[in-house]
Amino acid sequence: MTSSIRRLCFAFVALSLLAAGRPAVAEDTIKIGYVDPFSGPFASGGDEFLKVFGYILQKINADGGALGKKFELVPFDDKLQPAEALIALKNITDQNIPFVMQCTGSNVGAALVDGVSKHNARNPDNRVLYLNCGALATELTNEQCDFWQFRFTGNVEMRAVARIKALPKDITKVYLLNQDYLFGQSIQHDTRKWLAKLRPDIQVVGDELMPFGKVQDFSSYVAKIKASGAQSVITGNYNRDLNLLIKAAVDDGLNVRFDTYLAHLIGGPTAIGSAGEHRLSSITEFHPNVPLELNKPDAEAYSNGWRANHDTDFSEVPFLTMLQMLARAIDTAGSTDALKVALALEDMKATDLVGSPVQMRKVDHQLLMPYYAASFTKDVKYDAEKTGFGWKTDFIASTDDLTLPTVCKMKRPAS
Amino acid sequence: METVLISVLNGLVYGMLLFMLASGLTLIFSMMGVLNFAHASIYMLGAYLAFTVSRFVGFFPALIIAPILCGLIGAAIEIWGLRRVHHNGHIAELLFTFGLVFIIQRLVQMTWGMLPMAYRVPPSLDFPLFVLYGANFPAYRGFMLLVSAAMLLGTWLLLKKTRIGLIIQAALTHPQMVSSLGHNVPRVFTTVFAGGCLLAGLAGVIGGNYQTTEPGMADSMGPIVFVVVVFGGLGSLAGCFIASIVMGMIQTFAVVIDYSIADLLRPMGLMLTGDTLLTEVLTVPVARIGALLPFVMMVTILFFRPRGLMGTRDT
Amino acid sequence: MKSRWLILALIAVAIALPWCFYDWGHHRHAGFLLSMLSQMGMMVILALSYNMLLGQAGLFSLCHATFFGIGGYATVHLLNAVGAGDVPVPMELMPLLAGLSGLALAILFGAMATKQRATAFAMITLGISELMATAALMFHHFFGGEGGVTTNRMIENSLFGLTYASGLQVYYLILAWTVLATGLMYYLTLTPLGRMANATRDNFERAQFIGYDPRMVRFLQFALSGFFAGIGGGLYAITYEIVTFDALAAPLSANALLMAYIGGTTVFGGPILGAILITLLQSGVSLLSNSWLVYVGVMFIAMVIFAPTGLAGIIKAHGPIRHSGRLGSLVVPYLRLVIPSLGLLLGFVGLVELMSFLTIGAAQGKKLVLFGGPVDVHAALPWVVSGGSLILGALWLRWEAAGFHRIWENLTAEVRR
Repeated sequence: MTSSIRRLCFAFVALSLLAAGRPAVAEDTIKIGYVDPFSGPFASGGDEFLKVFGYILQKINADGGALGKKFELVPFDDKLQPAEALIALKNITDQNIPFVMQCTGSNVGAALVDGVSKHNARNPDNRVLYLNCGALATELTNEQCDFWQFRFTGNVEMRAVARIKALPKDITKVYLLNQDYLFGQSIQHDTRKWLAKLRPDIQVVGDELMPFGKVQDFSSYVAKIKASGAQSVITGNYNRDLNLLIKAAVDDGLNVRFDTYLAHLIGGPTAIGSAGEHRLSSITEFHPNVPLELNKPDAEAYSNGWRANHDTDFSEVPFLTMLQMLARAIDTAGSTDALKVALALEDMKATDLVGSPVQMRKVDHQLLMPYYAASFTKDVKYDAEKTGFGWKTDFIASTDDLTLPTVCKMKRPAS
Repeated sequence: METVLISVLNGLVYGMLLFMLASGLTLIFSMMGVLNFAHASIYMLGAYLAFTVSRFVGFFPALIIAPILCGLIGAAIEIWGLRRVHHNGHIAELLFTFGLVFIIQRLVQMTWGMLPMAYRVPPSLDFPLFVLYGANFPAYRGFMLLVSAAMLLGTWLLLKKTRIGLIIQAALTHPQMVSSLGHNVPRVFTTVFAGGCLLAGLAGVIGGNYQTTEPGMADSMGPIVFVVVVFGGLGSLAGCFIASIVMGMIQTFAVVIDYSIADLLRPMGLMLTGDTLLTEVLTVPVARIGALLPFVMMVTILFFRPRGLMGTRDT
Repeated sequence: MKSRWLILALIAVAIALPWCFYDWGHHRHAGFLLSMLSQMGMMVILALSYNMLLGQAGLFSLCHATFFGIGGYATVHLLNAVGAGDVPVPMELMPLLAGLSGLALAILFGAMATKQRATAFAMITLGISELMATAALMFHHFFGGEGGVTTNRMIENSLFGLTYASGLQVYYLILAWTVLATGLMYYLTLTPLGRMANATRDNFERAQFIGYDPRMVRFLQFALSGFFAGIGGGLYAITYEIVTFDALAAPLSANALLMAYIGGTTVFGGPILGAILITLLQSGVSLLSNSWLVYVGVMFIAMVIFAPTGLAGIIKAHGPIRHSGRLGSLVVPYLRLVIPSLGLLLGFVGLVELMSFLTIGAAQGKKLVLFGGPVDVHAALPWVVSGGSLILGALWLRWEAAGFHRIWENLTAEVRR
């Protein structure tokens, strides 16, 4: 009897050892825990970003890294689920990794803001910083802002302002179509708010929410858009929800503009193809033709360095800006201690790859940065994803244009 | 009026695509009692294979080759997988096909990558067929209707007019009896399963460039196809057809309806104020929940009539 | 009795485990281990409650996560209410209230679903699951939309004066409730309801002849399984302090199914084993490989084909042999199975990782490290070794398995005599 119990206990302990065993932490690199989906249906985002980060880190480490050490990314798969991201956070703090970075999904982002805040409050000797490179919900730097979060991408409201400002002057009727979840509703809300403020001459002839990821046949929506007489469809849809919508409109012969927020997301140009010509516009952080338009040969060379080996485009300039600013903050702080780095990082001014001024605003930890409204056309030097069509900037919303008020009142730590 | 007519046409096209996908599943389900969770995955494989094949030999040969490949894959799954699991019961078969879903998805990601494929409508079919109230009706949609109608006719002829069809029909409702009569029922099973997968592959070839070809496409088509099959009923291809068209129409028309329950209540003098959960639920316009209506209908019909619409056998 | 000592020993191990891995250098517990153990506790409750339907009542449900999720959402709202001082409920009783909310929803949905059985029942539950998951995204008041609902578990209301700031205290709370829920579910199997559930699973027509209404039995079993699932959801809310629509979505229901089936649906303790194993796999293996879904899928299929009674079923099949003391004579045959199995496993893992790296990993800039050594994907050697290992292992295993099968049959026949 005792022998079988002993055997069982040993087995249990052995199993746990298997899971608890981790590689020893090497002290000669600065590690950043990167949490994103790498498996399952949403893996394409995390997969692409990991490759891009590899390219960016080559440059950052070649430029000296920080404190004489190189940066190293440690990826964790969150399967786009908040609970998994929180488990990854535990793993990250166990390994004394000082930074956690996440670039896909506001649901995970919200969980991490909350999780990091609580962890830092309960474990002041092992604090981490959350670098948000892709959770767009405006609330994360407004009602839900937090000292330990730094957002290095434009939030929904900033993109809405860029979108409205970029609308052609002759548009008088628009149709809003968005996905029925927090992100889509947030786009709907901010678009309406800024339409009223910036373009009161525009009439909103339709405002609709559709089920997220479930609609296979968009012809009814196209019929409604046609019946409304809209000249432009403003939508935050992405992936299938956008590709199918545009295809259905083209099939139908509907002559309407698509002023989108996320058509440039990876896979979009490939799926949309020629259907997007002369009617598609998106709000991008960067696209391969920007250096040409702004006459910045260094940036062009950097973008081409990526294009030479990949079928996709380099558009993630904010990631580069983020890591450059982080490196500077670590050097200024003299260590990777979360509080010191945070104090050095907030209020930091920098210039991005094409020389535009950006700033990490102190009051809400939102990066103030420019956006480029671009149209999908053949008339460009660099095409998107080898489709023959590329992005051409119509309008630049500058950093100042996109410096918006915030309701954030963050609690600052005492020490 | 024009909205109705256009919606009818669009609903018909979507319904026929659903039917192409659901007919194979109905056959498999009716014959073997197993709901093949991996059916939508075969659909996805059909689209990807058609994309790859059409890059070498063009779209129309791919229309023949890709479904045959899917049929062969289906036969392999049945012979080496399902047949072994059969004696462990229905649930074991369900679980087997369930596990296949993950494996096929990862295999597709490993083989073709994670991004959407540039699988496009062939240029020979890329023009408007006719114009109705100012809206174009693309020729490709006409082609889809044609293929699905041909498929419906072909399947019906096969089942009703050929010997193997008679055996299949009998095995649909009385498998044990057919076996007692001396027919090689396992081989019939394999044939039907392969046939079902062939139909799914064909649907994939057609649907892949109508929608987008990406690793997530199985997850989006899967649930609605099960709804159609269950709603239409076991053992009845006609029921499946009616269910597909009905579901297609409902989803298409629902989008056009912007009213909610609150709008119905208002003329009765019931005003909903306040910002509560109840208000939220009652003010949702039908258009927003259009994609959910099939599930509501499925639950309703199962509650009252577990055989489905025209089922000849109990589930 | 023997099993009682075993159970007590397991509980003791579970209590002591966090201390075995205490990080003496940093003076803190291993957070990741505590998270994983907490996750295991919740999943054990989820899997056991799912087995109340699948294994004990023969009901294949696809909406089990719905009740887990509702328990979670109810708990976060309750925690927020307690934190604001509106409601005085101690932390230790939260899971009970979560369970009650799961029970309420299960009664509501069960009235619809249990009218049918078998495939119709499964399809109704599929519909319910899809509806709830989409409703959670659409309606913000209760579900908080995509971002979910957050809370703070330090509500300063506890029967034992604990703050639950540390993961250790939360783990012990989870452990206590897991033991309690498991005990209750076990007790349920001994009651007339539990026995009738087994009867309706085996032969529902005959059960009707005895005078019991199978519909009522199904309904009660469904409602009670929803109660226990709700308890699990409550513990989830307390641990992660955030509940999103993922807590009631289909993937979690699929997880429950996986755990119950792999662990073994015919033995009460099977789902416990399955929950522990699957949690280890998902948390542990996914750290090592992004193809973990393939491994899970293949393991699942292998189980379905070769071992439908699950791991616990296999262990239980050794029961008669163990009782007669002949277990020792199986050691050598098992060893003879282990070696080709290892070869097969290593070959398979090697091939999958090589293939995955070739198409996905290489571009991600990683270097392939297999079994402790760097591997060059483009050289022929790793492929040959993996492929050869797979094929040889499979053939050898097949040969050995036939021999093992013979020995097993002989042994069982002898023991029966």
